[in-house]
Amino acid sequence: MKEINVSRLIPVVRKLCIDANYYASPDVVEKIKFFMDKEESPTARDILALMLENHKMAAEEQMPMCQDTGVAVVFVELGQDVHLVGGDFNTAINEGVRQGYQDGYLRKSMVDDPVIERKNTRDNTPALIYTEIVPGDSLKITVAPKGGGAENMSEVRMMKAADGIEGVKDFVVDRIKRSGGNPCPPVVVGVGIGGSFEQCALLAKKALLRPLTEKHPDPKWAAVEDEILERINKLGIGPQGLGGRTTALAVQILYKPCHIASMPVAVNVNCHAHRHESAVIE
Amino acid sequence: MANEIKLHTPLTSEMLEKLQVGDKVLLSGTIYTARDAAHKRLVELLEAGKELPFNPVGAVIYYVGPAPARPGKAIGSAGPTTSYRMDSFAPALMNAGLKAMIGKGPRGQSVVDSMVKNKAVYLAAVGGAAVVSAQAVQTAKIIAYEDLGAEAIRELRVVDFPVFVANDIKGNDIFKIGVEKYRR
Repeated sequence: MKEINVSRLIPVVRKLCIDANYYASPDVVEKIKFFMDKEESPTARDILALMLENHKMAAEEQMPMCQDTGVAVVFVELGQDVHLVGGDFNTAINEGVRQGYQDGYLRKSMVDDPVIERKNTRDNTPALIYTEIVPGDSLKITVAPKGGGAENMSEVRMMKAADGIEGVKDFVVDRIKRSGGNPCPPVVVGVGIGGSFEQCALLAKKALLRPLTEKHPDPKWAAVEDEILERINKLGIGPQGLGGRTTALAVQILYKPCHIASMPVAVNVNCHAHRHESAVIE
Repeated sequence: MANEIKLHTPLTSEMLEKLQVGDKVLLSGTIYTARDAAHKRLVELLEAGKELPFNPVGAVIYYVGPAPARPGKAIGSAGPTTSYRMDSFAPALMNAGLKAMIGKGPRGQSVVDSMVKNKAVYLAAVGGAAVVSAQAVQTAKIIAYEDLGAEAIRELRVVDFPVFVANDIKGNDIFKIGVEKYRR
């Protein structure tokens, strides 16, 4: 059993919130360049170039790439041999988020009562915290700030087994088609399949965490991802929806077993900023 | 890309007549920020026959909730938010004289129809390129609804703010034309 004081989480979460918003991931930069070279629309190429320029300026100026610095989605992989001491775990993570959004000049985008009051909480808390117990004696934290524009284009559908893999492909492509320019394309498409109503949605979000340069480990699912991506990039939506061949940078699928009567499918859409940063506490 | 046109606020119908979808516009002058919550209040004022916190005639509204400014900076990152959420409020503001809206993503048919009727345009800024957009802002001050935080109405002085004409006054829509051109 290893003891970790929860106060150690605060500066780590603070830094992850800031870094995820200031610095573009190398895999995102690589993908945008890859598609820019192939892009047929001159306007689309201009926009992609502007996105790359924005990455550089954000790092130089120490400003967030996008003003929508998102809801702080926090994934924790907690080693089962860790004993957390020194206070409340969730409170510590929220304190890290509070400090990161305050000190990093990040926008506070959370409202408490989501319908009637909609009052801003003023410090971007509460974070959305998903904790998983894993083997080991360390703690891995991933902060994935998620903007509203792309999140709003996401969807869960309880499909039938009879819909098959073609049904899944059609649903994902149609979801992106109906999203048009709203989610800030070129997007990254996370797809969660199986489990249950709520688990497939979480799978779709977790699918976004895979590096864009990595293929699905199972070749038959990798082929499905490639086919969906190709179909999405034939839709013509393009960067910002103004027309072009670069509508998505990647399609990433995660699946789990499910009930014989079910085939839940979730699509979680991410914008081109595609932010996430991780750290390990030992 | 087609033309690059410089415009200065306040805008008039005559100035907008020459704009075509796809044109790049470098906008200078005064623009006002407003998004979901501020729009709700603005339209409530119009319905009650009261004055708005700014003169809507010839005005430009930018759909943005900027990030906080670092000390010494006019504004933090300030890219556009998704525009369709303002669709139900936009026609009332255009009827009151609003001449341009800046945001990202396509508009509903009622907004497109109102643009044709009122000779107003919709301009697309590049979503996510928020540091680039912020560079065009010289000064920013809150003029209403400070309680809304990032959603307060700010008066921005901008110089050569880069945007693309997404809907012109003839009812053309780049989100339809552009997509059709590159669909396979």
